[in-house]
Amino acid sequence: MSDITTAATEVEQPGAAPEREYAASLWGDAWRQLRRNPIFLISLAWIMVVTSMAVFPKLWTSIDPRACNVSQARLPPSSEHWFGTSIVGCDYYAHAIYGARQSLIIAVASTVGVVVLGGLLGMLAAFYGRWTDTLISRLVDIFLGVPFLLGAVVFLTVLKIRNVWTVALVLILLGWTTIARIMRGGVLSTKTQDYVQAARALGGSNSRLMFKHILPNAIAPVVVYSTILLGSFVAIEATLTFLGVGLQAPAITWGVMITQHEVYFLQLPGLLLFPAGLLFFTVLAFILMGDALRDALDPRLR
Amino acid sequence: MGRYVTRRLLQFIPTVLGAMFLLHYLTSIGIQFSANPVRALFGDRTPSPELLANLSEALGLGDECLTRKGDPCLGLFVDRMQNIFLHWDFGVNFRLRPVTELIAEALPYTVRLALIALLFEAVVGIVAGVLAGLRNGSFWDYLVKISTVTVIAIPIFVLGFVVREFVGVQFGNVLRGVDWIPDLISQGVFGSVYKSDYPWSSLIIPGLVLGSVSLAAAARLTRTSILENTRSDYVRTAKAKGLGTNRVVGVHTLRNSLIPVVTFLGVDLGTLIGGALITETIFNVPGIGRLVVASARTGEASVVIGGATFLVLVYLITSLLVDILYAVLDPRIRYE
Repeated sequence: MSDITTAATEVEQPGAAPEREYAASLWGDAWRQLRRNPIFLISLAWIMVVTSMAVFPKLWTSIDPRACNVSQARLPPSSEHWFGTSIVGCDYYAHAIYGARQSLIIAVASTVGVVVLGGLLGMLAAFYGRWTDTLISRLVDIFLGVPFLLGAVVFLTVLKIRNVWTVALVLILLGWTTIARIMRGGVLSTKTQDYVQAARALGGSNSRLMFKHILPNAIAPVVVYSTILLGSFVAIEATLTFLGVGLQAPAITWGVMITQHEVYFLQLPGLLLFPAGLLFFTVLAFILMGDALRDALDPRLR
Repeated sequence: MGRYVTRRLLQFIPTVLGAMFLLHYLTSIGIQFSANPVRALFGDRTPSPELLANLSEALGLGDECLTRKGDPCLGLFVDRMQNIFLHWDFGVNFRLRPVTELIAEALPYTVRLALIALLFEAVVGIVAGVLAGLRNGSFWDYLVKISTVTVIAIPIFVLGFVVREFVGVQFGNVLRGVDWIPDLISQGVFGSVYKSDYPWSSLIIPGLVLGSVSLAAAARLTRTSILENTRSDYVRTAKAKGLGTNRVVGVHTLRNSLIPVVTFLGVDLGTLIGGALITETIFNVPGIGRLVVASARTGEASVVIGGATFLVLVYLITSLLVDILYAVLDPRIRYE
């Protein structure tokens, strides 16, 4: 955050305050800052667009991506086929729209799984300490030591069935470690706070302490990291497909589209560039959103 | 310090054993659920049961437990560990070549690739980060911010592929058509894939692709750390003493700012060695990543376990060295 912007927000605050009293919670402050951040808003808008492609593809195209006509193959982009047609004559724009769904399901499912599993283990490790901490930290070390992509390739070659859920499962099993570390650090620094001691003195149970008092104050870095993680999982799905262990051809994802048309790149660059471009903007939007969230949620940067 | 290092080295033992067991269990389950991979060696012919049994035994896959679905094969794991730690025998691949030999062969390629990537990342990342950090909010700052984020968002296989086609094939073909350009440039540097005739020059472009991924992280880390230090008291003192800008930036700011960057680069060397598999696949470099992935596909469990164990060790040792280096660079940090 540059000096100029910090100065600007400081000047604005006294002017804005009299209009409306607000509770200056961490999230309230962050939201006020994010609302004025154009990068955050553009990223959010793009993610909304991609989400709507994934949930309601029919909003974006009326063409069935599987209705292919070989006599119409390899057409350049035109008003009828916005992205042209693929090598077997499918409408490529419809393919790209329908491809969003499985790519996003994998990313969202893996991120939710990673946050639940890693967050829970990280919290347990920090809250109970002693042998629980030792055990979980060693487990983190073991999984962190295995290189991510190599581990994923070994896992997925073992699983002969490769669908959205098995790919997500593998990403969860290999990806929970960083979240666990972040959560552990957050809980360790939060659990010594006075209000936690007070809640304990008032007879709060362990689960109440963890979920009511510690979690809301330790979750901000996890939220930031998981936003960035959503983007990386979209890219990793495509990478695994490229390595031949992700989803396979009848499935429609951006990764499958890129991998299938790689060999035709020099003749028909669009077949690679359209899905790769969508993938790029989606990953970029998640990264920029995570950055903006980090700036807004870190009080030291204000 | 000595006690700290000993404790860390002792902590390696459960980590390495745990990672090895994880890989052992996964490859065993793979064999249990998709039948003996040795059968695939015979193609469409059916081997006699005795031949199959003997060959499986010779390849280290003869254990009974590999036919029982879900069995963690603890006996086989203990055998493997005994062979590895007592006799330094990692087993053989399906052509009866020892795994240690395969790794020793593949290692130089991966190390060379990782070193080129690291050099690129260090030089460009630090220069870009310093420029952005010193001129906060300027054109340079935004350029570095935008270009680093852009590079992270492109999946490395798309980047590698596009670079290979445009730089290696298209641009390389133009160079190869010109007589006066030496072969080292036209065939080596811009030769599109790895060639054994040009062991270093044909790895330059793959190295740049590999390094571009963590380049962004190095640049951003340098930038933040420079920003923090330019506001610090000792930099203000140095300016107040009337020292020139070069000395203030070069000696007082830069030296202190580079501590976290150097440690990041150290950790990254481990990541680069383990994470080079996509670059190795695209540019056809016969390194460790490609070896392990190819073996995972054919079910050569001993190669997967051996290769991955090696990578785990590299990762652990680099992170230990980095922690020690940290204490050397920053006298405020002391390990008990």
